[in-house]
Amino acid sequence: MTVADVIGQFLSGLARAGVLFLIAAGLSFIFGVVKIVNFAHGALYMVGAFFTYSFAVTLGVPFWASVPLAAVCVAVIGLAMEVLLFRRVYGRPVADQLLLTFAMVLIIHDLVRLAYGSNLKSVPRPPLLAGAVFLGDIVFPSYYIFIILTGLAVLLGFWAFLHKTRLGKTIRAAVGNREMVACLGKPLPWLFTAAFVAGVFVDGLAGAIGAPLGGIRLGMDFDIIILAFATVIVGGFGSLPGTALAAFIIGEAYAFGIWFMPAIALSLPFIIMAAVLIVRPWGLLGRSGGGEL
Amino acid sequence: MKRWSLVALAVVALALPQVAEPIVVHTAIEILIMALFAMSFNLLFDGAGLLTFGHGCYYGVGAYTAALLMTEVGMPMFPAVIGAMVMAGLAALVFGYFCVRLTGVYFSILTLAFAQLMFSVFQQSYTLTGGDLGILDIQPPAFLVAVNSYYYFTLLVVGVSLWLLWRIIHSPFGRTLHASRDSVVRTQFIGINVRQYRLAAFVIAGVFAGLAGALFAPFNRAVAPFLVSWVKSSDPVLMTLLGGAGTFWGPVVGAAVFTTLHAVAIGYTTYWLLLMGGILLLGVLFLPGGILGFLEERFRGIAAARATRLTEARGASPNASAD
Amino acid sequence: MLLRTQALTKTFGSLRAVDGVDLVVQPGRLHAIIGPNGAGKSTFFNVITGFFPADSGSVIFKDQDITQLPPHVISRRGVVRAFQRGTIFQTFTVFENVQVAMLSRTGKTRNLFGLAGGLLREETLGILATLGLADQADVRAGHLSHGDLKRLEIGIALGMEPELLLLDEPTAGMSPEETAAQAALMQRLVTEQGLNIVFTEHDMEVVFGIAQWITVMHQGRVIADGKPEDVRRDRQVQAVYLGEEL
Repeated sequence: MTVADVIGQFLSGLARAGVLFLIAAGLSFIFGVVKIVNFAHGALYMVGAFFTYSFAVTLGVPFWASVPLAAVCVAVIGLAMEVLLFRRVYGRPVADQLLLTFAMVLIIHDLVRLAYGSNLKSVPRPPLLAGAVFLGDIVFPSYYIFIILTGLAVLLGFWAFLHKTRLGKTIRAAVGNREMVACLGKPLPWLFTAAFVAGVFVDGLAGAIGAPLGGIRLGMDFDIIILAFATVIVGGFGSLPGTALAAFIIGEAYAFGIWFMPAIALSLPFIIMAAVLIVRPWGLLGRSGGGEL
Repeated sequence: MKRWSLVALAVVALALPQVAEPIVVHTAIEILIMALFAMSFNLLFDGAGLLTFGHGCYYGVGAYTAALLMTEVGMPMFPAVIGAMVMAGLAALVFGYFCVRLTGVYFSILTLAFAQLMFSVFQQSYTLTGGDLGILDIQPPAFLVAVNSYYYFTLLVVGVSLWLLWRIIHSPFGRTLHASRDSVVRTQFIGINVRQYRLAAFVIAGVFAGLAGALFAPFNRAVAPFLVSWVKSSDPVLMTLLGGAGTFWGPVVGAAVFTTLHAVAIGYTTYWLLLMGGILLLGVLFLPGGILGFLEERFRGIAAARATRLTEARGASPNASAD
Repeated sequence: MLLRTQALTKTFGSLRAVDGVDLVVQPGRLHAIIGPNGAGKSTFFNVITGFFPADSGSVIFKDQDITQLPPHVISRRGVVRAFQRGTIFQTFTVFENVQVAMLSRTGKTRNLFGLAGGLLREETLGILATLGLADQADVRAGHLSHGDLKRLEIGIALGMEPELLLLDEPTAGMSPEETAAQAALMQRLVTEQGLNIVFTEHDMEVVFGIAQWITVMHQGRVIADGKPEDVRRDRQVQAVYLGEEL
């Protein structure tokens, strides 16, 4: 075990964290603004990955175009979901909303199986990013760097949007006080739609850029949604920096866990999540005042 | 449900093995077990306002405990079932202690987290739980091997359990849980330590879920980690919502419909999740009260209309006094 | 002396909602707490009843320190609160709303197998009669009119057999007839049933009509505390209410 190995593992964790961050950020954002816990988030991530496969491999579209195309397609699906389904249940008890998103999980899962079958698929990394950067003994796979940069870009982009633009500030205000914002004349339903679509877009993007990392398969949806929940909870619902921090922790815990204690590695995210929920339910960087008895 | 329909149900249930094919009886046993599972879930959901996405955890713990006790320890079935209930109750006590400190979405997610944790544990421990393969060749006692016998046995156990659950729901304890569902704050202010009562409900629900699992293990002859997962946990949620969470018999109706649908659909299509999801979707959007809720509304409407017609008829009678 | 607070303080961020409040509640009289909006009256109730933990100071009830106790314990000790917004059990009937409080009071809620339906019928109906709600016993609480809702709130509190009843704006949103009935009810509860009542109010007619002791709060602090006629003449109080008809 050399320093190079450790750094290599660290980078792998960072890349994993990057993808996880994108998914969790979308989930957290949607919950923060629209107050819906989108169980279907993992399923949409999976759809993003499969769409990328369709564009890049089946249709031969260049990778650089496939990724945004796939993300946009997923966003369109999200739009349809919000307008056709979620709008009907806004006033209803939380349970109804949870169940609706859960129904979508099941439907999307089988639709994907119908369209793509149960076999493992893979998306190759684009030639530009297929190699690695070498620093002495340390190998930086270029694709990992790409993911990390994308994650950072999205983090900064989100932050800038929320804090520097008019629409973003309105959204932050809406999170704080809905009635007030409605009074100000901004059309609330479309605000929700926009927020939902944005969150789903980032989710699809995660699926797209995460596709070349490992295989694409059915079951990704179930696996990742729990991790996404864990990330959002550990970081704190509605806190973007918190989500980034949590993604980092969980990504690295997984990477090093797999290395040192493979038996526990799979359980680590849940252990961390359970620990956070027990000790500090509002997350590392979230705000107290919601969800404790 | 009215008296007569209960009696009719009992008659049908008792007569079933005499008139139906073994495969039907087999499905009926499944329905009974699922009904108990769903009922225990609804004690928390409709009874206390707690939506748990991890109830499969206690079902699975019950199933595995029974399986292990019967195969490894060689215990006869009845004490094994008791042991299963105890273990499930313990698991519910430990996990529930943490879950009831949270409300709403956080509660739901933590229940899910614990279920998934158990799933990982069960999946990883080859020596104890057989890992991915699970535990196989669980044999019920000789006198229960026949499908009909197992059916009557399950009918008895589930029947008694349902009666117990009915008593609990209608007891002062059950009332208090209902109150906490309507308003946690108000319940605290009438002197109730809501957390404690919720934990009690959680444990009771866990015990009954464990019982259901323990009935399943010898019936299915095998258990696998899937039983503990959060996907299995969604079964009682779907069944209860399908049948109607706001009624006592809702989960039973839901279990019957769901299980029968599954048994039939499996023959025609492998896209079972799509079907389930679709039904759940339509159910949430258009039938928020579930099947029984919908029927209740209908009958209430009919009864109200009939009452109106009667009063109108009386009013038009020539013997009515003038005002 | 029934209840006493000493230097009770509760801050939210930079807002001192309750700022070093010293208050004494003597038994046997109707005690009103008044003050403009935001004076801290509701927060004060919330802290006394354990809904918010106090940041500093103490609350003594009948020589026992109840300062950091949780709400369910304080309710059992005899300090019971009715809420401003009619926080009742929506899916229960009027009868069941009060009954569940009585069940809790008598320790019957730990009963897992008895049937709750007919328990404590007479006692519950008795309370409903006092409140004039007996004829609506089987009505779902969610369908009640506003005035009846407020009365039911008090009913639930009465089910706890309180020694000290804290009423948060008991006549808010009521018509003049309902207000008069509510005020009369409060007086009856004190004189006939020996209850002690502390209530917050905005309706000055009610306050000066029935209160035998008045505490005035402003910005989290007590600025006056005494008999109605003394409070009425207090210059600070007049300044705070800026020429309002007292």
